[in-house]
Amino acid sequence: MTVGAASQGSIIYLEDVTVEYDGFKALNALNFFMDYKELRVVIGPNGAGKTTLLDVITGKAQPSAGRVIFGKSTDLVGRRENEIAALGVGRKFQNPSVFANLTVRENLELALARPSKGVLATIRARLDGVQRTRVDATLEAIGLTAEAPLRAGGLSHGQKQWLEIGMVIVQDAELLLVDEPVAGMTDEETEKTGRLLQDVARERAVLVIEHDMEFVRRIARTVTVLHEGSVLCEGPVDEVQKDERVLEVYLGRSRDEPGAPHA
Amino acid sequence: MRTRERWVLLAAAAVVVLVLPALNALPKGSPLHVSDFTLNLFGKFLTYAILALGIDLIWGYAGVLSLGHGVFFGLGAYAMGMHLMLEIGTQGVYRNVLPDFMVWNRVTELPLFWKPFYSAWFTLLAVVVVPGVVAGIFGFLTFRSRIRGVYFSIITQALALCAWLTFNRNAMNLGGTNGLSGFKTIFGFPLNEAATQRGLYVASAIGLCLAFLLCRAIVRSPAGKVLVAIRDSETRVLFCGYSPAAFKLFVFVVSAVLAGVAGALYVGQVGIITPARIGVLPSIEMIIWVAVGGRGTLLGPVVGAVGVNWLQSLLTTHYPDLWILVLGGMFIAVVLFFPEGVVGTLQRAFGRFRRVSRDFRFDQAGGERPPLLPQTPPPPRGPRP
Repeated sequence: MTVGAASQGSIIYLEDVTVEYDGFKALNALNFFMDYKELRVVIGPNGAGKTTLLDVITGKAQPSAGRVIFGKSTDLVGRRENEIAALGVGRKFQNPSVFANLTVRENLELALARPSKGVLATIRARLDGVQRTRVDATLEAIGLTAEAPLRAGGLSHGQKQWLEIGMVIVQDAELLLVDEPVAGMTDEETEKTGRLLQDVARERAVLVIEHDMEFVRRIARTVTVLHEGSVLCEGPVDEVQKDERVLEVYLGRSRDEPGAPHA
Repeated sequence: MRTRERWVLLAAAAVVVLVLPALNALPKGSPLHVSDFTLNLFGKFLTYAILALGIDLIWGYAGVLSLGHGVFFGLGAYAMGMHLMLEIGTQGVYRNVLPDFMVWNRVTELPLFWKPFYSAWFTLLAVVVVPGVVAGIFGFLTFRSRIRGVYFSIITQALALCAWLTFNRNAMNLGGTNGLSGFKTIFGFPLNEAATQRGLYVASAIGLCLAFLLCRAIVRSPAGKVLVAIRDSETRVLFCGYSPAAFKLFVFVVSAVLAGVAGALYVGQVGIITPARIGVLPSIEMIIWVAVGGRGTLLGPVVGAVGVNWLQSLLTTHYPDLWILVLGGMFIAVVLFFPEGVVGTLQRAFGRFRRVSRDFRFDQAGGERPPLLPQTPPPPRGPRP
């Protein structure tokens, strides 16, 4: 079940990508691709290269070899983070990182897609009606309409996570990268987050990194398992959980590890 | 609310720009008369306020602490000072067309870089452009290399030290330790006349109003939100599609230009500029004004610059030894007890005034309050390939 040649319609396509940190290969000749409007979950033991995968797509890490193609033919290697973000790759970090000293609404307005995010264009920028409706609709979708005028620093952990997802939504990203969205959430919040991500995936591709296997089963269509910087296997969640190699990788570490995929 | 705020600001501007000089113009015996000395003193404070506004823009909003703003102040002041030196002409002690210190240093010909400063227009341009370009180059190199937090502060402090050492050298032909002084006229107006000094005061007051409006326009625009966002999380700003380096460079240049303009207005009113005004210590003093007044509000730096310096001039007349202790004590008090400064603390105490000059508030319910001193960020990375 290894990855073959990229299909014509892939939104992101990594070919033989290697990322090294002081000789350690965080990604080792990784091949990975995703279709448009696909919801994909990436799992793997600690150190498998999950976060590095997001780093290399968003420009935070530079590969020592390989190509990263976004959309039809845009090579992302060597571009800066803000350029890649402007091209349509949104990223939600593992720890909620919202702008604490701005209001919830201002957080969304700042993330909003704009024709130019240069300094002078931003000074002159004013919201038009369409953009305002967009922000209102997103506030509704992430359930923070009542909190709109409040400072984001005062939100609860779960609300911050949703706000950050909302920021990636208004950014008009075609590809959303979401790192452990439900870590530290209550069951209720987890469920809400799952619905939110599934809604988002109707219009754009979403790549989720997650440890919580129950959550993975709930939202995943296709699961990719990373191990030691390469794809170990890929497929529907039930198949992956039965795969011998996956069991070995997880169980070989520790039977009781919370991240282990129980059947 | 907006209108009320506008009226308050307008009233304050009217007092500073019109009322004080008008009172100065009253006959000496009048009970409301403001002395030439006092007006001149406040003119100097107003130039400090312009400088402080610039520091607040980059420190209070974007969270970037520059310990080198004395340099930009000095560049503006020296540019203007050079023009004033040349205006003296042959009226100096040595009756020579060269400035006195050059005659003293046995310089026989005016150095090439002095010559354009004969032109008043060139000088006014240089006051804006020289600090702007120096800040632009310096900021481009540091921000592009993602030098942040204390690392940036230390490098700007080094810049201040370098500038101080350079300007002290006689070989620079900038007057060495004694700096530039002995000015007679400014654009043809005699500097020792009360009317000229009143004019300079009004120019400083108008300059402060314009600087305030400029800063207000910036911080109220979406770009102002980006600056606050940079202070909160630079990485997130980057992944929102903005270049934090470009925004920081922009405000750094704007604040350097404000400092340069302040320096140019300062030199005519004080009559002397020496390297002592541009080194490490004065640069830190400027930071204290802003911290005491209140970072992150536009009123704060103005209140801080005028208030601290006023207090200094009051105290040094009576207790000259005490001042340095008071200054240090104020800084410690602000760090420990009033991180939001006078204006920020008052705004919180009187919630209803919050709307007056409310730009953003620090966290009310505890939680993360931006540190007064920059936190140590991850080690800087080199420039990208």
